[in-house]
Amino acid sequence: MSYTGERLKIVVRNLNVYYGKTQALKDVSLDVQANKVTAVIGPSGCGKSTFIRTLNRMNDIIPGTRVEGKITLEGQDIYGNNVSAVEVRRRVGMVFQKSNPFPKSIFENVAYGLRINGLITRESGSLRERIEKALADAALWDEVKDRLNTSAFELSIGQQQRLCIARALAIEPEVILFDEPCSALDPIATAKIEDLLRDLKSKYTIVIVTHSMQQAARVSDLTGFFLLGEMVEYGLTSEIFSRPKDKRTEDYITGRFG
Amino acid sequence: MWASGLTVLAILLVITGFVVIRGIGAIDLEFISAMPIAGGREGGILPMIVGTLCIIAISTIVATPIAVASGIYLTEYAGTHPLSKIVTFGAEWLAGIPSIIFGLFGFAFFVVLLEWGFSILSGGMILACMILNETIRTTQEAIKAVPGSYREASYALGATKWQTVSRVVLPSAAPGILTGVILGIGRAAGETAALMLTAGSFMALPTSLFSSVRPMSLHVYLLAIAEIHPGAVARAFGTATLLILTVLIANLSSRAIKNYYTRGLRQER
Repeated sequence: MSYTGERLKIVVRNLNVYYGKTQALKDVSLDVQANKVTAVIGPSGCGKSTFIRTLNRMNDIIPGTRVEGKITLEGQDIYGNNVSAVEVRRRVGMVFQKSNPFPKSIFENVAYGLRINGLITRESGSLRERIEKALADAALWDEVKDRLNTSAFELSIGQQQRLCIARALAIEPEVILFDEPCSALDPIATAKIEDLLRDLKSKYTIVIVTHSMQQAARVSDLTGFFLLGEMVEYGLTSEIFSRPKDKRTEDYITGRFG
Repeated sequence: MWASGLTVLAILLVITGFVVIRGIGAIDLEFISAMPIAGGREGGILPMIVGTLCIIAISTIVATPIAVASGIYLTEYAGTHPLSKIVTFGAEWLAGIPSIIFGLFGFAFFVVLLEWGFSILSGGMILACMILNETIRTTQEAIKAVPGSYREASYALGATKWQTVSRVVLPSAAPGILTGVILGIGRAAGETAALMLTAGSFMALPTSLFSSVRPMSLHVYLLAIAEIHPGAVARAFGTATLLILTVLIANLSSRAIKNYYTRGLRQER
């Protein structure tokens, strides 16, 4: 399904994913539009996390995973023979369900991606600027600017999650994937992340998996509903939540199951 | 059930208590800083302490890099490769070989064939072989204890496998690996049979890696089998007490490091 006039960032066609003999995703086709927030919703076990993890090839690190079908990023097949997973992940960042800062300082957490990708020059001034910018873009700079060298573990869980966002932003990916980023957070911390998502889409393309329909309704432009490994329905968020076409979508969003 | 636990404690207390009570009186500044006199029946045990430290240093310097590299290979890279099982089996087997057989091999290979003679080097090399398995195992355990979420975070930022292992996994596992190395040191300090055939029993301060030394453990043995002499018996127990203290300190410090490290991990939640 595509909308004329919109630029496509990621195109997924006939995606099938297997963990050993279990099929986790069945024939999923979906277009992710540039500079929009795309939400993926559905009950537990519907394959939404599996789906988002195919977009940056994170499933590659799970032994026994098989991916069939085609996913293109700006027209390039990310599972193509000449494309490495490392290169894909450099362009498609990810924020996880549980905040997972490294056991390093706040500064080093954000610097990590820059260092390993060789994105810093010898002048430390430019490194510091990039870290300040990433932390500011993640709405965390004011809270941590005086203690950049303290351990990331000393931050609150909500701050840790924004640090993880800053860490992903620092290497300036094109797409950022959020895998249930607020499931461990209280409502205030959640609201901060949601504000952030709305700000970030001017620069980045965002895909978010969420178990909260209210969250999908609040932050996303487009929503896909997954059930039992299939994508049931995909369209403008406003339409999915007001006039779902499929009975199963309607049952889910009205709270009849899930 | 609790009686069996008490029995274990009682055995521990009786053995160490007996040795320490008879040995502690022999230990003073002179004992640890003076040269032995009359075959060790009088005087101190300075050369034995120095010899033991030198052998431990050699074995640790040689074994640690090999063991840590093997541990990394086995946990991170080997996967289900057949070599992984063979290496693990081999290392366990190595640990099961009686120490006198290590000694015999060390004598034939390092002392005679390589012409290193009875020396710190021969003794240190054979001890390195003996502590390999334990250090490999603690390295593997320490690496497996690193949360998978750290790896995921690193990969998601475009890190390669090696960058993830060297910059995230290893620094997080380092305290655990260090406890393994310290436990290995404790084990090496007490080894006797293998050193008898490789380090010799020369009672002078070493001047090079090829000097023969008499490790503390061997000194205990040689004093104990000598003719009954009050000075020899007292010094045997004094040396034994120092050895017990060394092993105790090694165990306590490795435990302290482990505790500190796991507390650091708990803060993650």
